Amino acid sequence: MKARHRRFMWIALGLLVIGVAVTLVLRAFNSNLVFFFTPSQVAENKAPVDRTFRIGGLVTAGSVKRQPDGLTVTFDVTDTAKTIPVTYTGILPDLFKEGKGVVAQGKIGQDGVFRAAEVLAKHDENYMPPEAAEALKNAGKSIDGSMFAGQKAVPTQAPKPN
Amino acid sequence: MSLFKYSSPTAFYPLAGKLVPWFAALAAIFAVIGLYLGLFVAPEDFQQGEVYRIIFIHVPAAWMAMVIYLAMAMYGVMALTFNTRLSAMMMEALAPTGAIFTALALWTGALWGKPTWGTYWAWDARMTSTLILLFLYIGYLALINAIEDKKRADKAGALLVIVGSVNVPIIYFSVKWWNTLHQGASVSVTASPKMAAIMLWAMLIMAIACWTYAITISLVRVRAIILERERGRSHSTRVANTLSATNIVAGS
Repeated sequence: MKARHRRFMWIALGLLVIGVAVTLVLRAFNSNLVFFFTPSQVAENKAPVDRTFRIGGLVTAGSVKRQPDGLTVTFDVTDTAKTIPVTYTGILPDLFKEGKGVVAQGKIGQDGVFRAAEVLAKHDENYMPPEAAEALKNAGKSIDGSMFAGQKAVPTQAPKPN
Repeated sequence: MSLFKYSSPTAFYPLAGKLVPWFAALAAIFAVIGLYLGLFVAPEDFQQGEVYRIIFIHVPAAWMAMVIYLAMAMYGVMALTFNTRLSAMMMEALAPTGAIFTALALWTGALWGKPTWGTYWAWDARMTSTLILLFLYIGYLALINAIEDKKRADKAGALLVIVGSVNVPIIYFSVKWWNTLHQGASVSVTASPKMAAIMLWAMLIMAIACWTYAITISLVRVRAIILERERGRSHSTRVANTLSATNIVAGS
């Protein structure tokens, strides 16, 4: 084996070791790396209690209600399996819409209502002119299917029958 | 050995000089076409309106940030295994461009984030790992400039870049592995693009413009580095003498 082959082997081996180490670290910190929890994860008590965290999901169509004070908004966040009611006082982002993705930061109360301190719109990766979107809608096709792309990283284990 | 001919700085210097105007011209042409398609021809987006046009610079810049880093890591492996002087010089030439593209991606992303998400910055996996990439670039540049002995500086820099390369797949796959605020990939090798054709074309042409710009500027920079480092060797002295006659090279 020539000296340069040996050097290359050391570099490759080093990279492999670092790669494995980083993978293990990332797996260990998996729950800290997710930006938000889905309503299903909250229902499974995977979200922190008495601590600020973020929930993410789609705003349920028809659930957005403005309170008389004009600033407080209530809406439901759903991942199509579970739903969490959210209340928020403040200005909503422009892309906040019913049926679209949203990420809210706050605490969940005893009553199960999520009190958000900050609401962000989560945008999807679809780009098209308005006419194309209209055509898709008329054809009955969904254009927002990407909200939970990251969910695979946090496998939800099905309860085993005893 | 003809393949390795250009691994010698002396042989590469004139070749790089010949390539620069071609790549510069390509970069200018593609940038003009890409910007025209992106800003005038492509229609507005059905959700974001005009704001989405940031992707014509944001996405190519983010791609370049990752591609340039991988190129540097590749040169790093070559520098450590073959001990080729030119590989280390290429790393040094690429780093500032990579850092600028990373900063550009973060900056345009922030400007886009405010009107769409409602915030300039969020500590989600995609953004945080991209910020780490920027620190890696800056860290590399600081490291090689902090060590006086060029040979040792090159080795330390190459090692840092190779180790840091584990961050690139993390950036790329972060939106797949974890819940992030940043949306998933609109364009990927495995799935059909989730964009209207004209928007996609404008973005791809801008990406080519960024590629050719990066090649141009790093060739220009590597020529300067060759002159600076090979000072005293016969070829470099000859070139430097011709140049200093016209007052282009200062301090040589």
